[in-house]
Amino acid sequence: MNKHAAPNLKAEKIVGGVATDQRHDSAHKHVSGTAVYIDDMPEPAGTLHVGLGLSKVTHGALKSVDLSAVRAAPGVVDVLTCADVPGENDVSPSGMHDDPVLAEGKVQFFGQPIFAVIAETRDAARRAARLARIEYEELPAVLGIWPLDPVKDRLVTTPLTLRRGDATAAIAAAPRRVKGRMKLGGQDHFYLEGQVSLAVPGEDDEVTVYCSTQGPSETQHLVSHVLGVPSHAVTVEVRRMGGGFGGKETQANQCAAIAAIAAKKLKRAVKVRLDRDEDMTATGKRHDFAIDYDVGFDDEGKILGVDFMFALNAGFSADLSGPVGDRALFHCDNAYFYPNVHAKSAPLYTNTVSNTAFRGFGGPQGMVGAERVIDEVAFAVGKDSLEIRKLNFYDPMEAIGGRNVTPYHQKVEDCIIQRIVAELEESANYARRRREIQAFNANSRFIKRGLALTPVKFGISFTKTESNQAGALVHVYADGSVHMNHGGTEMGQGLHLKVAQVVAEEFQIDLARVKITATTTAKVPNTAPTAASSGADLNGMAAQDAARQIRKRLTDFAAEKYQVPVDQVVFLPNRVRIGNQEISFNDLVRQAFVARVQLSAAGFYKTPKIHWDRSKGQGHAFYYYAYGAACSEVSVDTLTGEYVVERADILHDCGRSLNRAIDIGQVEGGFIQGMGWLTTEELWWDDKGRLRTHAPSTYKIPLASDRPKIFNVALTDWSQAYEPTIHRSKAVGEPPLPHGMSVLHALSDAVASVAEHRICPRLDAPATPERVLMAIERLKKELKGGA
Amino acid sequence: MAKVDTRNEIRFILNGRDVALSSVAPDATLLDWLRLDRSLRGTKEGCAEGDCGACTVLVGKLSAAGLVYESVNACIRFLGSLDGTHVVTIEHLRGEPDKLHPVQQAMVDFHGSQCGFCTPGFVMSLYGLWMKSPAPSNAAIEKALQGNLCRCTGYEAIMRAAHAISSYGKAARDPLALERQDITKRLQALHDGARVEIGTGGKRLIVPADADDFAAVFEKEPTATVVAGSTDVGLWVTKHMRDISPVIFIGNLDGLGGIVEDKGVISIGAGVTYTEAFSMLSKRIPALGQLVDRIGGEQVRNMGTIGGNIANGSPIGDTPPPLIALGARLTLRKGKERRTIPLQDFFIAYGKQDRQPGEFVEAVHVPVPAKDVKFAVYKVTKRRDEDITATLGAFCLTLAGDGTVADIRIAYGGMAATPKRASTVEKALMGKVWNEAAVEAAMAEYASDFTPLTDMRATAAYRALAAKNLLLRFYVETTSTGAPFQVSRSEAA
Repeated sequence: MNKHAAPNLKAEKIVGGVATDQRHDSAHKHVSGTAVYIDDMPEPAGTLHVGLGLSKVTHGALKSVDLSAVRAAPGVVDVLTCADVPGENDVSPSGMHDDPVLAEGKVQFFGQPIFAVIAETRDAARRAARLARIEYEELPAVLGIWPLDPVKDRLVTTPLTLRRGDATAAIAAAPRRVKGRMKLGGQDHFYLEGQVSLAVPGEDDEVTVYCSTQGPSETQHLVSHVLGVPSHAVTVEVRRMGGGFGGKETQANQCAAIAAIAAKKLKRAVKVRLDRDEDMTATGKRHDFAIDYDVGFDDEGKILGVDFMFALNAGFSADLSGPVGDRALFHCDNAYFYPNVHAKSAPLYTNTVSNTAFRGFGGPQGMVGAERVIDEVAFAVGKDSLEIRKLNFYDPMEAIGGRNVTPYHQKVEDCIIQRIVAELEESANYARRRREIQAFNANSRFIKRGLALTPVKFGISFTKTESNQAGALVHVYADGSVHMNHGGTEMGQGLHLKVAQVVAEEFQIDLARVKITATTTAKVPNTAPTAASSGADLNGMAAQDAARQIRKRLTDFAAEKYQVPVDQVVFLPNRVRIGNQEISFNDLVRQAFVARVQLSAAGFYKTPKIHWDRSKGQGHAFYYYAYGAACSEVSVDTLTGEYVVERADILHDCGRSLNRAIDIGQVEGGFIQGMGWLTTEELWWDDKGRLRTHAPSTYKIPLASDRPKIFNVALTDWSQAYEPTIHRSKAVGEPPLPHGMSVLHALSDAVASVAEHRICPRLDAPATPERVLMAIERLKKELKGGA
Repeated sequence: MAKVDTRNEIRFILNGRDVALSSVAPDATLLDWLRLDRSLRGTKEGCAEGDCGACTVLVGKLSAAGLVYESVNACIRFLGSLDGTHVVTIEHLRGEPDKLHPVQQAMVDFHGSQCGFCTPGFVMSLYGLWMKSPAPSNAAIEKALQGNLCRCTGYEAIMRAAHAISSYGKAARDPLALERQDITKRLQALHDGARVEIGTGGKRLIVPADADDFAAVFEKEPTATVVAGSTDVGLWVTKHMRDISPVIFIGNLDGLGGIVEDKGVISIGAGVTYTEAFSMLSKRIPALGQLVDRIGGEQVRNMGTIGGNIANGSPIGDTPPPLIALGARLTLRKGKERRTIPLQDFFIAYGKQDRQPGEFVEAVHVPVPAKDVKFAVYKVTKRRDEDITATLGAFCLTLAGDGTVADIRIAYGGMAATPKRASTVEKALMGKVWNEAAVEAAMAEYASDFTPLTDMRATAAYRALAAKNLLLRFYVETTSTGAPFQVSRSEAA
């Protein structure tokens, strides 16, 4: 019999159902080093390793590629170039055919993979890769978007336009008007586990790829595409990632493809694991943006019309830049109603690595643009920016008037931002601290404090409608234990745990009876990547569907066998009441098995209601919105621009949380990641287009000592999803990240104090100490000049 | 010189077992050996440059204070440098039978892991801290975690876990505490006073028996790569794949360690790590102690040495400017010959120091500033901790009875090809009354002393501006009556 403890048949509640705080299912393995990541798996005998040969120029034709010294190096088994790709030399996720696995004829960014060395050890492969002799004919390179013209310069894909009302006329007729431009930096994902794939060749055309990927189906599809075999020949599996954040949505595919090509060619297992520097140089990041805005408003600070241009640095290929630009536009309103609006995206071609998904997917960039506009209006009318924010919010759900239509013509029906902001203002003592800070700043010559409270409204659904579907596979074994599988991937966010809680809840069995298993394309096909915060929403519903099918069969079986109506079959914790008697879940399952009842089911879910017409810029793009607000206080040294975050308070909406412990972790982590993006995380390319911040020694993500000295995070315990989502919970992956904006605006507030709060600081991001100091100097000069 | 015995293997303890290795490449890292040779894959590679801490393990070594365990980065720690130590990896942690270790259980219960990849490293750093300090302050935890990056949690949950560890068990009953005497004895037995020589031809490593032996070996092999803490040379291997053979490992050599004060001068041996120097410096020259806290992360400070920071001649090394401002002197040794020079004369040009082939930095001598001397050092970085200097200014001021500047020494890092004095600025201040007008006038002289560069850490304009503003900060610090003169991590406002 089983060694584990017998389920409690008298329990009033199961252990580990929904809406309970559960520890991460792998926590005990994380802390003991026994959680297995791809590079920790025992390698099959004879496994080979890959070293990549990367471009040394930013844009150039490949005149000659001499790999003889590479091939002759110790331990080298083979060297692959684009000529070795049996199918198509392309891993473009957008169908644009612009993402070669290995460069063909030309290179378009510094660090682009040109060849792959396959050797007996990783060290031998990396050393050999340095021996290539490559001649380039260098071509003019586009090094960044700042000098580009978003209307005339080359785009990688079709831009989007959103239009409601007549923005031009409204701005022209408005009593007040401000125009400006904001420069917003990108961000490296810095997942702690870099890109890694292990390909194991099978019979005939088969290959299994263990890949740290957020999108196993997409990886499967692209591996089959480069191998020139049907998808059924390729299996992609991932138990867990060491972080993803969007960086393994499409960026995992190139390594997977190279491993698979080599494995099939050499008939040996092949592993690709990038060095951190290579990972940061050769894989895409969050897009940097140049945001042009033109806003008209009244003397109170109410916005009448706004016009945005969101130019984004796509890099050399389309990847996901089109949809990322779209999501920036979808969030250019943040939580604000624009009576008249025109907004346009421009995914610009440059000779940098192709930028990609990153937690928020352009949404945070759109929101940062909105908050800059709010700041401009506040300074223009001389009010606290929080007042301007409140003045421009969408109508609250309980009092919808005419101010609830988004720039993409969707009605906002679930707005709770007023209540969240009011509660946070109160709990964070905003008004009192505002006064205290004024007093402090009046008496402090060099150290200045700043305070800001920023809201978040984040749209939940993939805007690509077909991605809003999910599958799950649930088996109940004859002993009553459950095997749970679904299309979502685990990257630390606790998705598997939440879905397991859902399954446990359906069967009314303890969480420990539900086995979490690796995501594999062989069990659940055609899945969406785990992205857009949708993991629990989609896969939770699919798994619930599967569990309900089995539960229904068990119910019907019990009703028939015990001759009771089906409504007298009730699933209680670890047991089932059938008429007047109770039997254990396990006994019922055993009886059902003997009676030949099917105890396995595939579940499915597709999000209802949503539709989107990109050509018109209209639709019901999001199933619902998640809300939240953050209030941050900083101290700034006006001699050096150095700063510390004194305190942050966050109130965030997860609907009826499936697992508060996990959700609070997402909010805390999202805030810090968003803060890092907007403060110390600076991507810096030199004048030759080489990324010089390609390792943690030069690229600075937040440390424990960068978090707020006081950090209060709470969830709205009163909210629930407006739509029938999984147990009325809301998605939580991305929405907390933009809370980092509160730190940017608190810094801006501190900077403004050096010019008596009369000039909008226009503090660009990342607001490194340098940018803060330079903004201070600029404001001091402007104040002198204006006085 | 006494004849030195040699042996051809390194010996250390890995977790519970004695290990003797006779085949060790001079550039083999501890991390690769653990993961590839020993299949101990709980220790992760996150960056391979000593910045992320995913590879953190503890290394126990015998020191003057007895057996001490310190967190180190296995990714840049060379296997050959582990002779005579006790290496403890995540796999060695255990609690009561069938239970997790207190550090692990606290991390589980307080949701300190999300993706889990950085977690073994965090557990090891917290373990090292907890053994020394079972009830640490926020500041102590933050310091212990400066070398550990987590991208998921935002750290708050890890901090909560760190505070709770002692409620899960007592450090005194930890297995490493209980086995202390046994391990000490076993390590003592490994210290046989022999020189270790492994390899032939282009793949050789040497661990000298002591400082005298090192002097003799290096004189004979002046082209060898000398490795103390490997926090710099480690990257030559993991990132640049440079051939570093033959290597001489000098970490923890008898005769190179030791930090002593004599007649107001602190002498720091070239083998003294930042961590070892900290306890005396923080007491005797507090500003220098505070600076040391912002060099690298804890793991790097446990390996890296002040001697190495000087010897590698980097223009962004953090210790030379304050040591120059303090008037430190440097002892260089070649064979049996020693000479002592002012530290500032050691730095000749970028990549060029006053060091002869076969000669090495033996010790640096730092005068403790007198009571009436005002000394400060300010490091400016993008991120407060574990970051490389954009600009760093060190100031040492003596005022005469009439309030005029009797002596001032100002030195900067990050502003020129070498650590450099601000001589024109100093001249502008000498003899002047120490007031804001004099300081402002002197700030205009920075352009004569420095023409900084633009790079990924800062633009030239920012370096120039922040650097001269540091003089104003120094003025405020020396004259203010308690008003804050810089932002601080200490307590919440």
